[in-house]
Amino acid sequence: MSAAGADRYPSPGLRILIAATVLLGLNYVVWRWLFSVNWSAWWIAVPLVVAETYSLIDSMLFGLTMWRWRRRAAPPAAPDGLTVDVFITTYNEPVDLVTRTAEAAARIRYPHETWILDDGERPELQSAAAELGVRYMTRAASWTNKPRHAKAGNLNNALLHTHGEFILVLDADQVPDPEILHRTLGYFQDERTALVQTPQYFVNVPESDPLGSQAPLFYGPIQQGKDGWNAAFFCGSNAILRREALMQLGITGYVRAVEEGVVRALRTAGKVLDRARSELGANQPEVLAALDSVRVAVRTARAAVRQGQPLAEVTYRFQQSVDEAARAVVDADAGSIRADLEAIAALTATPGSDADGVLLDETTLSRLADREWSPLGALESIRTMIRAVDVSRDDEAEPTLALATISVTEDMATSMRLHGMGWKSVYHHEVLAHGLAPEDVGTMLTQRLRWAQGTIQVMLRENPLVQRGLTIAQRLMYWATMWSYLAGFAALAYIAAPVIYLIFGVLPVQAYSWDFFGRLVPFLLLNQVLFVVVSRGTPTWRGQQYSLALFPVWIQACWTAFRNVYLHKPLDFAVTPKTRQRRAGPPWGKVRYQIAAMVLLVLASAVGVVRLYLGASSVLGVGVNLFWVLFDLAILSVVIPAVRYRGPDTEGNG
Amino acid sequence: MTHFATRTTGSDVVVVRPEGRLNMVAAPRLREQLRDLVDSGSARVVVDLAATEFIDSSGLGALVSGLKAARQAGGDLRLASPTAQVRSVLSLTSLDRVLRTYDSADAAFDGD
Repeated sequence: MSAAGADRYPSPGLRILIAATVLLGLNYVVWRWLFSVNWSAWWIAVPLVVAETYSLIDSMLFGLTMWRWRRRAAPPAAPDGLTVDVFITTYNEPVDLVTRTAEAAARIRYPHETWILDDGERPELQSAAAELGVRYMTRAASWTNKPRHAKAGNLNNALLHTHGEFILVLDADQVPDPEILHRTLGYFQDERTALVQTPQYFVNVPESDPLGSQAPLFYGPIQQGKDGWNAAFFCGSNAILRREALMQLGITGYVRAVEEGVVRALRTAGKVLDRARSELGANQPEVLAALDSVRVAVRTARAAVRQGQPLAEVTYRFQQSVDEAARAVVDADAGSIRADLEAIAALTATPGSDADGVLLDETTLSRLADREWSPLGALESIRTMIRAVDVSRDDEAEPTLALATISVTEDMATSMRLHGMGWKSVYHHEVLAHGLAPEDVGTMLTQRLRWAQGTIQVMLRENPLVQRGLTIAQRLMYWATMWSYLAGFAALAYIAAPVIYLIFGVLPVQAYSWDFFGRLVPFLLLNQVLFVVVSRGTPTWRGQQYSLALFPVWIQACWTAFRNVYLHKPLDFAVTPKTRQRRAGPPWGKVRYQIAAMVLLVLASAVGVVRLYLGASSVLGVGVNLFWVLFDLAILSVVIPAVRYRGPDTEGNG
Repeated sequence: MTHFATRTTGSDVVVVRPEGRLNMVAAPRLREQLRDLVDSGSARVVVDLAATEFIDSSGLGALVSGLKAARQAGGDLRLASPTAQVRSVLSLTSLDRVLRTYDSADAAFDGD
C-alpha cells in the first residue's frame, strides 16, 4: 500500500456490537414465533411477526455489510497515457443544465474526450456542444424501430462508436470535479478492476433535507461495506468503467441470448408446425410437404444443438433447408403457372409472346422464394419461428448490448453481471461530482418509484441468490439492497397492528409481558446504537423515516415490476424530470395513503383512550400501543414537510 | 480510416485480413468495413485471423456485428485461422458456442 497507510476495517469492538445486535434480534424473533404469536388472531398476528422477521433479516444483512466496512486509504496514482471517454447522458434536461455539466467535463484535468449523448436529439444541444468543443452523439440508424432501452441503450450505442479504454458516466446534472479521473484511474492498475463508483451528492438540498435526497448511509458505510466484500455496485452516474469489461458483458450476453433464443424456438417449433398444418387443411399439398421439410430441418437442428455444434453453423444449415423447402413450393407453383400460361399462349397464339421469360425468370423465382414472400413466409407463426432460429438477434438494434437491459435501472444489473464474471469493483468515498436532486415531492416520488421498480425487476429476472459466479457474500450484498425495497409490506403491518388493538382490542401477541419487552427493547436499542456508531454523526433518521413512510411507493413498485416481469405489462415508466414541477398548492394527493394512515392512527388512539376509560382494555396495552402510534406518526409525518417543500430557494436557512 | 486488406476467392467469397491488434481502437474500423462489404453486395465473408496477434471483446463485437449484417443479407460470416490468443478469448467469452473457426480462409465456405 502507499505511504497513506492501509485500508481500514471494523474494530473488534464494532464487530462485537454487530454480533450482539444480531444475537439479540434472533433471541427476540425466534421467541416471537415459538411462544408469543396469538394464533387466535392469526390474521393480524402472522402479518406482524412476518414483518418483524423481515426487519430482523434487514438488520442482519446490514450487520453483514458492516462486518467488512472498508475505508480505503488514498487511491493509487493515475498512470499517464490511458484513454478515457466521458459520457454525459441526457434525454430531456434543459440545454443550459447539460451545457454546464459538459463545460465542467471538458475541464477535467486528465486527458479525455467529452461526449454529450443526446437521446432527445435536440439541434440546440448539438450547436451548444459544437460551441463548447465537445463531441455530440445521437442513436445510430440501427436503433430505428427497435427497443431503445432508455439510458442503457444510449450508453450501449455510444460504446460502439467510441474507443477509450475507460468510460466516465455522468448524468446530465452531475457536475464533475476537475480531479475526478486523477483520483480514480489509479485503481484500474489492478487489471481485474472493472468499476470505480464515487458518491452522488446533491448541492440543491437544504440542511433539513425534506425530500430525503442525500443518502449518507448508502454513499458511505453501506457502499464501503459492500466494497469490503467486493460487491460495491454501479449507481448509474459518477462512476468509471473499464471498456473491456463492458464489451465482454456484451459478448457473453449475446451468446446467452442466442442460445436461449435458438433453443426456445426449436423447442416450440413442433407445436407451431402442428398448428400451421391443421390450419392449412389438405388442399395445398406442396405447402404441406414444405412444412414437413421444415420439420425435418428442426429435428436436424435440435440434434446438432445437443451435440454442441456451434450455433452459427446449426442455424445456417437450418435456414438453408428452409429456403430449399420454400423454393420447392415456389417451383411447384411456377410449374402450374407455366402450364396455364402455355395453355393461354396456345389458345391465343400471339406471335413472339414469351410469357415464361417475362414473368418467371430466375430473379423472380428467388424473390418469390425469399423468406418473407414465400408461401411459408405467409404463415406468420412459421415465419416468426424460422426467424428466431438465427444468430442475428433481430429483435435488438445491436447484437451485443454491454449494459444490462433487463431493468429500468441498468446499473445494478450490470455490476452484478460484472461481478459474476469475476471482475472487481471499488467504492471511492470522496465527492467528485455535484448533482441536483428533485426539488418537489412529485418528482422525488417518481424517482424513488423508478429505482424501486428497477431493483425489483432485477430481483425477479436475475435473482442474485442464484447467480453463478458470485460469492455467497456478493449474493447477499445485492440481495440486501433488494430486500430493503420490500419494506412497504412490513410498514402495513406496523401501521395496522396498533390500530386493530386500539379499536377492537385484538392483541397480535399473547401478552405484553416482561418477557416481551425484555427481549425486544435491548435489540431495538442496540440496533440504533449500531446506526449511530456507523453513521458517525451524519443524519440517518431521514433515511429511516423514508424507508417506511414511502410504503405506497414500495408496494406499487413491487406490484408493477411483478406485472411487468411475469405478465409483460408496461411499467408506466417515467424519466425523472430534473426541473421542478410548478403547481399551485401543496400536492397533498401524492401522499394520500400516508395521510389516511395518520388519520387512522389518530382516530384509533382516541377510540383506544375511550375504551380504556370504559374499562374495556388494559392500561399497559393501550399505553404500549399509543407509544407505537407516536412512533408511526413520527415516521409518517416526514411526508408533510416534503409536500410543503417548494425548493431550496424558498426555505429560510437554505 | 484505413481498411484491412481484402481479397476475393474463386467462389465470390470476400476474405478480410485484420493485422496486428484487433482491439477497441481497431474494432470500430472493422465494424464499418464489414458493414460496407455487405452493403456493397458481398454477403459471404471470411475474416482471416492468421495475422491478428491480439483480439479483445471490442474486436469480437465487431465480428458479431459483421455476422449479423451478413446473415441479414442472406449470406454468412466465418472465422478462419485463429491464433492461440484469439482461440482463448473466443472460449473465455463462450463465443465459440456460436462461431466455428475454420482452418483455412479458402476452405471456410467449402460445400456452401
